[in-house]
Amino acid sequence: MKKLTILILSILSSGVFSLYSQENNGGQVSGNFQSDIQYYMEDNQIGAVAVDENVLVNSWANFAYTQGNFSAGFRYEGYLNSLLGYPNQGGINDGIGMPIKWAMFNNNNLEITVGNYYEQFGNGLIFRSYEEKTLGVDNAMMGFRVKYTIAPGVYLKGVVGKQRYYWDYGPSIVRGVDGEIQFNDLITSLSESNFRFAAGGSFVSKFQKENNPTYNLPQNVGSAAGRINMSYKGINLSSEYAYKINDPNPENNYIYKPGQAFLINATYSQKGLGVVLGTKWVDNMLSRSDRNATLSDLTLNLMPEISKNHTYTLPAFYPYASQPIGEFGVKANVFYKIPKNTIIGGKYGTTVSLYYSRVHDIDRTRISDTIPEFSSGTLGYNSNLFSIGKELFYQDMTVEISRKWNKNIYTNISYVNLLYNYNLLRGVAGYDNVYAHIGIVDMTYKIKSGVAIRGEFQGMFTDQDEGNWGLGLIELTIPKWFFTVFDNWNYGNPDSNNRPHYLSAGFGFVSGGNRIQITYGKQREGVMCIGGVCRNVPASNGFSLSISSTF
Amino acid sequence: MKNIFLVLIIGLLSINLFSQEVPQVQIKDLNGKTVNTKSIVENDGKPVLVSFFATWCKPCIKELSAFNDEYEDWAEETGVKIVAISTDNARSSSSVGPFVNARGWEFDIYLDANGDFKRAMNVGNVPHTFLLDGNGKVVWQHTSYLEGDEDHTFEIIKKVAKGQAIK
Repeated sequence: MKKLTILILSILSSGVFSLYSQENNGGQVSGNFQSDIQYYMEDNQIGAVAVDENVLVNSWANFAYTQGNFSAGFRYEGYLNSLLGYPNQGGINDGIGMPIKWAMFNNNNLEITVGNYYEQFGNGLIFRSYEEKTLGVDNAMMGFRVKYTIAPGVYLKGVVGKQRYYWDYGPSIVRGVDGEIQFNDLITSLSESNFRFAAGGSFVSKFQKENNPTYNLPQNVGSAAGRINMSYKGINLSSEYAYKINDPNPENNYIYKPGQAFLINATYSQKGLGVVLGTKWVDNMLSRSDRNATLSDLTLNLMPEISKNHTYTLPAFYPYASQPIGEFGVKANVFYKIPKNTIIGGKYGTTVSLYYSRVHDIDRTRISDTIPEFSSGTLGYNSNLFSIGKELFYQDMTVEISRKWNKNIYTNISYVNLLYNYNLLRGVAGYDNVYAHIGIVDMTYKIKSGVAIRGEFQGMFTDQDEGNWGLGLIELTIPKWFFTVFDNWNYGNPDSNNRPHYLSAGFGFVSGGNRIQITYGKQREGVMCIGGVCRNVPASNGFSLSISSTF
Repeated sequence: MKNIFLVLIIGLLSINLFSQEVPQVQIKDLNGKTVNTKSIVENDGKPVLVSFFATWCKPCIKELSAFNDEYEDWAEETGVKIVAISTDNARSSSSVGPFVNARGWEFDIYLDANGDFKRAMNVGNVPHTFLLDGNGKVVWQHTSYLEGDEDHTFEIIKKVAKGQAIK
């Protein structure tokens, strides 16, 4: 490991030195930097805590050097100590170091990577190595990857390695291959055809040494997936099916049932109109490169969610997270632009978006009358592909209307109707499902070039959980600067003595690839999810400073 | 070890950082065809604006809508081509085509579902926009979107199209 570090650094350094002697033929250096700093103060009403360190800092910087077909780089990270709410059980994430190092050779047909890399096969149903800094997820691979274009339209990838586990690596050796054929590029007579067709397949196997005293666990777990993608003019159809052999683990209660997943997406679009229909069925597909890992650690695959990714504050209180143990979902989206220069559309046109999604459990039956479902050491249960269970996990309906009224005024109005299965999605018991109506008005008024004021008003109405919320935000922007103040008020909390305001104010400066933001205020406790992965955001009170730069 | 690192940092800092070319990465177009990022930024010696966005990112949509309102005029005056790179992951990447077509955006749109191109360009958060000169070199970049940023962006494009220095 250390040898590799020194090797890559030496290569990098020699590249850097060579710039001095070959000024006109030098390589390029690029990178980025980000630092998030929070000063914590106690606030008993909202449950915010102070920390022994007073201040916590998450920072990282990437550096990459490229010369011709060769590139190499590293990432330096420091968690001093790790911000609250990021995965850090027992302080495992605290520290500084250089966890990411890589070197790559690339010509038109061949790409070879050694060290760390990220990769996804198809939709990621059996393999996705990725990073999501906002969630503290980084399951980078460490090993080797080869990508080869055999012929026009024929792509092959092979990976081998271990996954990142904080400052170390997970126990499994992961091996995978993926191939895709895009027939219109392979067969020259089809190159001009309006009908495009592509097919792909992948296979992934993980090896983890086992000596479990109770169960005879498979040391090698294989999974395979096949996918197609076809399009004809404005119509597109894509689908992927995945299968995993039995993979008993604590989260499926050590059952020996194989896993399956099916995704189908159909879309139609023409200028001014877009339609998306999708469905997903997942059964027992949880996969990690350590069967005993928890939280977001060492996930080897990802089931993409079918629900809309809400980014306004109040609807994001109740985010859906994929349930790899089993779920069936459908979605429908329609995007329509009412044409410009019409009475309803106005001078610039008006965009209307409709989203609907609904997710249920899958239907399971017992393997015999005497064995309960999910009994350890058994096949667990029976299920049929596309079976739908009774329990509702989540539903959302969203209508969003965006309109530019004239050169100076822009509005975005949304209505969101949510149904959230609190017990299942938070892993608790005894809570009611949350039914919420949310209205949002977001208006921007441009005073003159570069100077604008934006107001955002949100209201959430629900009889469950913490009751009603209201949010108001005012943002002023002038060239390179922005100033924000907002209040998020739990005015309808059933406990009338506990109706806190979460007031916050901040400003920021942006110049080129650099951005700095300072905020002072309170943040509500909540959950943040991206992909099938969530993190708990603890309540906080205090100053935060965020600096980022790309160079 | 420490010395190597120190030398490296000093070395890095002393280089003119703004001569970056677009790295070679394979991404997909809206029909699922694999393309090389080198080829999507070719524009006959004219500038190219490369904008990283996501369908769930409100400032990104504002920025690209603002670009789209002006695109015809900008292209006529400077020959600039706009390329928009969606960083939507598998959750929403299949919706990008309908989302964009409904809005009538005229840009070339590509999908970077696992963030390979985003990482290679060192983009942390979206929106993030790069301007390439006629030789394919990154000469300017901008992160975030503040109201009216497009006016400044166009001033820069005009200078780059004329071969003037950016100040």
